[in-house]
Amino acid sequence: MAYLDHAATTPMYPEVAATMAKLLTESGNPSSLHASGRKARRQVEEAREQVADVLGCRPAEVIFTSGGTEADNIALKGIAWDQREKDSKRTRILISAVEHHAILDPAHWLNDHDGFEVQYIPVTPTGIVTPEALLKTINNDFDSVALVSVMLANNEVGTINDIAELVNVTSGKGIRFHTDAVQAPTWLDVNFDQLGVCAMSVSGHKVGGPHGVGAIIMSRDCTVTPLIHGGGQERDVRSGTLDVPAIVAFAQALQISSERRKDQVSRIAKLRDDLVAQIKLAVPDAIYNGDVTSRLANNAHFTFPGCLGDSLLMLLDAQGVETSVGSACSAGVPQPSHVLLAMGADEDSARCTLRFTLGHNSDIQDVADLIAQLPSAVERAKRAGVPKAFSTTGVK
Amino acid sequence: MRVLAALSGGVDSAVAAARAVDAGHDVTAVHLALSRNRESLRTGARGCCTIEDANDAFRAADMLGAPFYVWDLSAEFQEAVIDDFISEYANGRTPNPCLRCNERIKFQAVLERGMALGFDAVVTGHYAQVFDGPNGKELHRALDMTKDQSYVLGVLTHDQISHSLFPLGDTTKDEVRKEAQRRGILVAQKPDSHDICFIPDGDTAGWLSRRIGEKPGEVIDAVSGDVVGQHEGAHAYTVGQRRGLALGRPAPDGARRYVVDVDVPNNKVMVGPPTLLDINVIEAIRPTWAGPELVDGMKVGVQFRAHGEEIGATAFKTEDGFRVELDQMARGVASGQAAVLYEGSRVVGSGTINRTRRKVQGDQLVGSN
Repeated sequence: MAYLDHAATTPMYPEVAATMAKLLTESGNPSSLHASGRKARRQVEEAREQVADVLGCRPAEVIFTSGGTEADNIALKGIAWDQREKDSKRTRILISAVEHHAILDPAHWLNDHDGFEVQYIPVTPTGIVTPEALLKTINNDFDSVALVSVMLANNEVGTINDIAELVNVTSGKGIRFHTDAVQAPTWLDVNFDQLGVCAMSVSGHKVGGPHGVGAIIMSRDCTVTPLIHGGGQERDVRSGTLDVPAIVAFAQALQISSERRKDQVSRIAKLRDDLVAQIKLAVPDAIYNGDVTSRLANNAHFTFPGCLGDSLLMLLDAQGVETSVGSACSAGVPQPSHVLLAMGADEDSARCTLRFTLGHNSDIQDVADLIAQLPSAVERAKRAGVPKAFSTTGVK
Repeated sequence: MRVLAALSGGVDSAVAAARAVDAGHDVTAVHLALSRNRESLRTGARGCCTIEDANDAFRAADMLGAPFYVWDLSAEFQEAVIDDFISEYANGRTPNPCLRCNERIKFQAVLERGMALGFDAVVTGHYAQVFDGPNGKELHRALDMTKDQSYVLGVLTHDQISHSLFPLGDTTKDEVRKEAQRRGILVAQKPDSHDICFIPDGDTAGWLSRRIGEKPGEVIDAVSGDVVGQHEGAHAYTVGQRRGLALGRPAPDGARRYVVDVDVPNNKVMVGPPTLLDINVIEAIRPTWAGPELVDGMKVGVQFRAHGEEIGATAFKTEDGFRVELDQMARGVASGQAAVLYEGSRVVGSGTINRTRRKVQGDQLVGSN
């Protein structure tokens, strides 16, 4: 059994699970005015301070959400609406062509139903957004841009963007800059202030915390139109009773990730490099995708020519090796990777990919298990071939 | 055996897969995504590949302990089934999309991919039976004639039949529902799917018009040659059709009129009395054989409609298919439909009806469409 899909979700740290289990049986609504309420409130505020400390922001800038997707939706819709309300000319939303669906889909929705215009910032063949590409997409029309959103690290190929450099392009122009940092905190020292963005999304279950919790870090001058109205619990940006056990556990997971980062990154990067080398040996025609240097330590992503990704996934799954093909729609239909398409791959290669991502509890046995099964799976998948696909263009 | 269970999200395929597990097979479940624009919820009894169905299929597979995957066959389905459906209608023929789906998707694309991936067979919830015979596996009608689906499986080749399991062939639908209930399968009471899955509202004529376009033309009385009405496109009519003709005036003898011929090149729809629909010779092309090919002069039963009756006939091979001479007249046989040949309960083979004729005494041919 080898779990090589930590970018999808990674197990909770045992101590985090213990913290959460203990809190689950305690009562107390942070909004209540009595002692139990105050205690719960204190737990949330301590967690907020802990998150702020790890992510390099002020506690007041941490807004807890139900996860990364909600954080991305607040950033896209909330900021776009607020920007347009202040200046009706600001109706362009610029996003990179390799964003996660939690960014793509709200952007498409704003484009299709709400009068905004979405434009895509192209990426290099290794998946990087350059300042030149951003500048070109802005096309000398800074005043019509409401929002730019570029992910810190890509969920499929692990490519890391230099966000601070991109922020320089838009600074002082009245443009809001958001970054989806969901994949980053375990592997990178993410510092909100140094990135210089207005808003940043993070998620609990990607960093060894629980599912169903995340945060949008939002600078104090970044105003948004709320998506969820109610009790106004989180700075009036986000309403809903706070999930105390999940929030506390999330903060602790971020803390642990931060404390162990140095050792963990060097150990996992080594293991990943080993995995990559062994795959290249075992399957000589496999193509390593993404950026070699500007890359998350836990990510390896390959194209296996002539092998449909979901054939490979299924064959490896049958042998207890769990991997990912990238994105699937809600009905579980594997889609050609829009990330690979944006990086210049053709339609067929974009369906012949497999992602291997390591996590805090990965070890050499996981790699050995994969390598033991991969060659025969590749051979079988090749025999099954690549059925024809609907022509899809880019991110839509 | 390592078998691939095609799970639609309905009760039949779930019970079939469960029986395959009971029989000791190593079962992996796949749900076929046949459309890119999937509805999220099943509405009414129609449709067969909504997200709700995919989830029902997942739950059924999970109960059986079978790994579950979704296979995207929407491109193949579009080309082999939907585009074919439109072009057949546009050419005045009446295709059967379910049969085409079995031929090209379930027992070709899925089976071939499954075999390449190391599976030995495909198991589905179709009502038909496979027996061992002197020439290997044979495809037979289901025990429950009201649910028998051997007609839409008639297009399978001997090789495909040899790699197919139909565990429901000896069971009635009622028993299948009871068994599903007993097994705790959640979809036990889900309504049957029917009609054409890619036309969820059931309005085939409207659906075709939107794709083929309206092309007004004349409705002509086949006996008198008079123009008796207008139509919006010959493709919307099927030989044997009675309803929806909207003829301005009744026939002189007051009898009901039927579509007796659809002439797409000239955009004419011919109507006439039902006797003009009587034919007793059917010519079919693109044959497939479920076992040994037919022998000239073979006595067979022929069925040319899903759930239609079987008529006794004598079959002959032709250059590109076969010809059957019926023991009695048959009414309203449309080109494009399949003629499936049976010997007893065994499927001999299938072909696409290309031409029908009426043969009377002295070998004189009358009428043709």
